[in-house]
Amino acid sequence: MHADTMPSPALPLLDVRNLCVSFPSGGRLIPIVENVSFTLAEQEILGLVGESGSGKSVTAMALMGLIDSPGVVITGSALFRGQELVGLPQKQLRRLRGRQIAMIFQDPMTAFTPVYTIGWQIDEQIRAHEKLSRKQARARTVQLLGEMGVPDPARTADRYPHQLSGGLRQRAMIAMALSCNPALLIADEPTTALDVTVQAQILDLIRNLRTSHGSSVLLITHDMGVVAETCDATLVLYSGRVAETGPTADVFARPGHPYTTALLASIPPLYGARPDRLPAIAGAPPAPLHRPAGCAFGPRCQFVHTPCLAAPPPALFAVGPSQAAACVLPAEGTPLPPRLTEGAVVTAPVSSQPPAQFSSPEAQS
Amino acid sequence: MITALLRRLGQTVFVLFGISALVFMVFFATPGADPTARIAGRNASPQTMEKVRKEYGFDRPLPVQYATMMKKLFITQDLASYVDRGELVVPEIARAAPVTVSLVCGAAVIWVVVSIAMGTVAAALKGTWIDRSLMMLGLVGISMPVFWLGQVTNLVTQSRYHDTWLFSWVPGLGYVPLTENPWGWFKALVIPWVVLAVMFIGIYSRVLRADLVALSGEDFMRTARAKGLSPTRVLLRHGLRTSLVTFVSLFGLDFAQLVGGGALLTEVVFGLPGVGRLTYQALTNLDLPLIMATVMYSAVFVVLANAVVDSVYLLLDPRVRDAR
Repeated sequence: MHADTMPSPALPLLDVRNLCVSFPSGGRLIPIVENVSFTLAEQEILGLVGESGSGKSVTAMALMGLIDSPGVVITGSALFRGQELVGLPQKQLRRLRGRQIAMIFQDPMTAFTPVYTIGWQIDEQIRAHEKLSRKQARARTVQLLGEMGVPDPARTADRYPHQLSGGLRQRAMIAMALSCNPALLIADEPTTALDVTVQAQILDLIRNLRTSHGSSVLLITHDMGVVAETCDATLVLYSGRVAETGPTADVFARPGHPYTTALLASIPPLYGARPDRLPAIAGAPPAPLHRPAGCAFGPRCQFVHTPCLAAPPPALFAVGPSQAAACVLPAEGTPLPPRLTEGAVVTAPVSSQPPAQFSSPEAQS
Repeated sequence: MITALLRRLGQTVFVLFGISALVFMVFFATPGADPTARIAGRNASPQTMEKVRKEYGFDRPLPVQYATMMKKLFITQDLASYVDRGELVVPEIARAAPVTVSLVCGAAVIWVVVSIAMGTVAAALKGTWIDRSLMMLGLVGISMPVFWLGQVTNLVTQSRYHDTWLFSWVPGLGYVPLTENPWGWFKALVIPWVVLAVMFIGIYSRVLRADLVALSGEDFMRTARAKGLSPTRVLLRHGLRTSLVTFVSLFGLDFAQLVGGGALLTEVVFGLPGVGRLTYQALTNLDLPLIMATVMYSAVFVVLANAVVDSVYLLLDPRVRDAR
């Protein structure tokens, strides 16, 4: 809040407090994102996880000031290096966009303008923010493409988007995002449209950005595996609200929210016998209009009981040194058991005996 | 890219051959109708009939007749109208073509410039009253028939208000060749240009606006905004440039059919001796050689213009360049 007076090392790069985004629909405001708060330190990678429609992308778009549907209401605060992004005039936002905060998108197939070469589009971004000649910009473009592992960068720069493979296009997209050395890179499902080997390469690339370019990354994904591999911290969104937040290792070892637990249980186990069917979360997330009064996950949660249904949704409760979950269980003194050692806990009754669901007699062969 | 262009040229030649054969068949090989009598005109003497039959080879097989006709059209260019006392048809078209081309090119410049401006401004100010009134204007333009609008402007500029300072410069109806008097050419054509362009401005601006609005939801437009570009640059360099692909293909079709004689109504209303008016006269007189020639001329223009548009398309859209 009083960030401008603080010394800069203590200042997180991005400090989001109670961000709410509401879209008008049928004469009412429908909250799509509600009270999302998080901080992102310099050179940190934060994973924003959630199902489709949980508000991940809307959060990112709100930070970038890219939501321009009429009547949208954005409240709360997002301090980027002490500068308030919410309500910042478009003109100033534009100076930040692409230069300080860059974004890469899910589908590299459609994210480039089809009628210009890749190089032209990267040059354009460089020249929009820095006074460089065409030649200098192109030199930087070629160098960036090379750094991103694009083979024969000078020739690739002269190719049109449709002439490149998905992986190459995503590399070019990242090169474009990094062209002005942004402090923050928002990656909106950067690997979803790519096949698995290319996915791993792109994730490697993103992981290395903090050392090679000193960038922080806000990684939006629905893939828990990607989060585990890549992110320092994790923020789990459910139906537009924060379900759980904390360091990735802690969240994965001791999830504090039943939703996180269920998400983790739906990953196929690497060791031990293969389950016939992966556990799934029954039901579907509520539409923003029909969100229940209490915990939004309540209707699908197996631990649901009366306090969950009461009007204000549960507040974040600290379950670890820097981990918090929006669940009443830890507050009631019955936290979920730690994961990993016992395997999945999906069908376990509240914190009682370790379930033996997937542990067949002899685990490893 | 060169091979793509060459292939397009080959296709053009092939299509032209097909059209010429088809037009020939329709006019001269329709069963039950004697082309000799039609060319010679009503109440022609037996001597004339005989002369026509000899000249066009109607007593010989069809392929020979076709070859004779094409020779008379394109090589010797001595196809003559019997209805119009032996007036040579090809030079007649050659005289009329510059008038039509002048009319259509001028109108095209106006409608392209104005509709791009209108469509872009409307898309940029989507939902405001400016957008709504521009699109309403476009609709009004589309709804006004060109012959009515032409007559009304004639009424206003030629008679009713001709003596006021506003319209005293307007010359009488008719055409002034560009080579004789450029300023006179411009003055004679500027009103027909605007009248012809009005409907196309309406159509094109509405199509362009719809296209731009649809494009604004595309991923690459979001990328362009995320790059920190100004809204103007995003709209013009990314949106409009991509929309031009649609715009050009639409333009090619309309331009070609207008040059091919589709501006008939405008030419008749403003007394411009163009190809459209020539076709109109040929049809009212049942002047078969002239109809044949104007139809061929129009077909050639439509096909050529389409070839040009496709080439421009190759320049505009790199995706097409590779696919061919």
